[in-house]
Amino acid sequence: MSAPAPSMFTPAALAQAERLGLRMGWPNLEVFADTLLELAERDRNVLAVTSDSRGSGKLGPFGQKLPRQIVEVGIAEQNLVGVAAGLGSCGKRVFAVSPGCFLTARALEQIKNDVCYSNIPVTVVGISAGVSYGALGSTHHSLHDLAALRAIHNIHVVAPADNGETRAAVEWAAALDSPVYLRFGKAPQYHLPEQFGPWRPGRARQWGTGCDVAFVATGETVIHCVLAAGQLESQGVSCRVLSVPTVKPLDTAAILAAGRECAAVVTAEEHSIHGGLGEACASLLMQASVSCALRIIGIPDEETVTGSQADIFRHYGLSMEGLTAAAQRLLVTVGATR
Amino acid sequence: MLAATDTTELALRSVRYRSALLRAINHAGAGHTGGSLSCIDILNVLYSRVLNVSPQNWASPNRDRYVQSKGHSVEALYVVLAERGFFPPEQLATLCHYQSHFVGHPTRYIPGIEMNTGALGHGLPIAVGMAIAGKLDAAPYRVFTLLGDGELAEGSNWEAAMLAAHYELSQLTAIIDYNTLQITGRTSDVCDNSPIDEKFAAFGWEVHSVDGHDLAALAKLLSAPAHGAAPRCVIAHTTKGKGVSFMEDVAKWHHGVPSAAEFETALAELAAAERALLGDAE
Repeated sequence: MSAPAPSMFTPAALAQAERLGLRMGWPNLEVFADTLLELAERDRNVLAVTSDSRGSGKLGPFGQKLPRQIVEVGIAEQNLVGVAAGLGSCGKRVFAVSPGCFLTARALEQIKNDVCYSNIPVTVVGISAGVSYGALGSTHHSLHDLAALRAIHNIHVVAPADNGETRAAVEWAAALDSPVYLRFGKAPQYHLPEQFGPWRPGRARQWGTGCDVAFVATGETVIHCVLAAGQLESQGVSCRVLSVPTVKPLDTAAILAAGRECAAVVTAEEHSIHGGLGEACASLLMQASVSCALRIIGIPDEETVTGSQADIFRHYGLSMEGLTAAAQRLLVTVGATR
Repeated sequence: MLAATDTTELALRSVRYRSALLRAINHAGAGHTGGSLSCIDILNVLYSRVLNVSPQNWASPNRDRYVQSKGHSVEALYVVLAERGFFPPEQLATLCHYQSHFVGHPTRYIPGIEMNTGALGHGLPIAVGMAIAGKLDAAPYRVFTLLGDGELAEGSNWEAAMLAAHYELSQLTAIIDYNTLQITGRTSDVCDNSPIDEKFAAFGWEVHSVDGHDLAALAKLLSAPAHGAAPRCVIAHTTKGKGVSFMEDVAKWHHGVPSAAEFETALAELAAAERALLGDAE
């Protein structure tokens, strides 16, 4: 099973987190569930629809407190999304909650047609996304969801980095009149530093204004970029970190500015290197004729290594050490080392 | 039971719908002719005698819901909605044309259409969601969905069927346009899904069989109030291509478009049927 968050970080990374004054928070999944319960207590039209996933989705308390606002469909993801669309078309504010791996593969056609094409305001919630399930293997990994959903018209694709982004995204999605995909992991997360500024829908949040390296990351990889940036800054490499919770639509201005102003751009995502945030940035930068050194850090196109989420992150360089090294190598290639 | 004059009026409407949908398909040069002709009597009865839905109450949360799961038979739905006043019939001349909202499958751009369908196996889950919403709100509306018999090979239907019984959605009716043909040929040869009645019954549904071209019988069955807790499955035995002699029970008319000569022959047959009905009415 996935290792708890502390094992995600080496002693050096933990020390860096302490130097940066980072505070550990809760799993985003739990913050999602708490926020949804609060919303549902205020509005009886807010519903959770689950596919035997209320436990995995931390919706046990929701089900106990608001049994009339949770619709259980059994282990049937296609039906989950179709039913959610039917409920949404009748005025319900629906959160369809299921592991991201099943939800965005098995029910992709329902997301595409019943939700997006029909423009029904359903929030599709991929829980335990990315490689959260760790050693359970590729059946349980969702490394395709950002790519698949980016290619479908009419859905916001959002992967919050920390508890604050999670709460804001859930509240925003509940009020939106169009489809949203939210993606959460289940390990506790550090709070991002306050310097990132407030959540604004569709906008990246930026830490620092350094011009040597820009880290552009989404979801639960952002914190590793913060640690890497902290380490690089201590070596005299100036950095900025963009947290990009909304992978689609992209905050083009912030990413173009990073490409124009920085010598190197390193993207990070808990996703295949194909079709996710990194390739979105590459496409954006090239089509704007912005030339910069770019490296996409994610899960390569291979059978994913067996291990906990932390093992997998480390194996593929989604760690302070890995991201620091990637940035340093990239700076060497452009002759920008100090 | 409907009075004879009512039945004749319905029958006339069906014949005119058949002519109208053939004209739309002929003009578009595309369409799903056979299935539209097999389900048109069902749609006629639904919109004439059963559904509490009209252009006037279209925005009401309490309107009845109809989801056409077999979205490829959209031409049948378009001609009925046009005739019922949801949009001017002349707009159908744009069917499948460049930049038209009249796509070859249902979309919500068209007034009167609840959901975008076309991929099979989607309508029943959506209808189940609508029925659960109605039950949560104690709303008075009923939900109907129309499926093809070939469509029942999609597993999502059975996920939804199981759930509908679990939630005791007695306000839900699934109608099977049981014309026994699909694009490849006889459904029983492609993937035999019989016995459909026993399958739905085993899933906890109240099952009825009816002649899907018997307007009076359809009206009586579909307008009957729900009783008990089970959702209802109506197996409507139909003939693909019904109403045009050379199209009846021939798989190639699944999405066959008549030639100019075939089109004229078909319209002539339907005109003769209309004259016969008008003679009956006099």
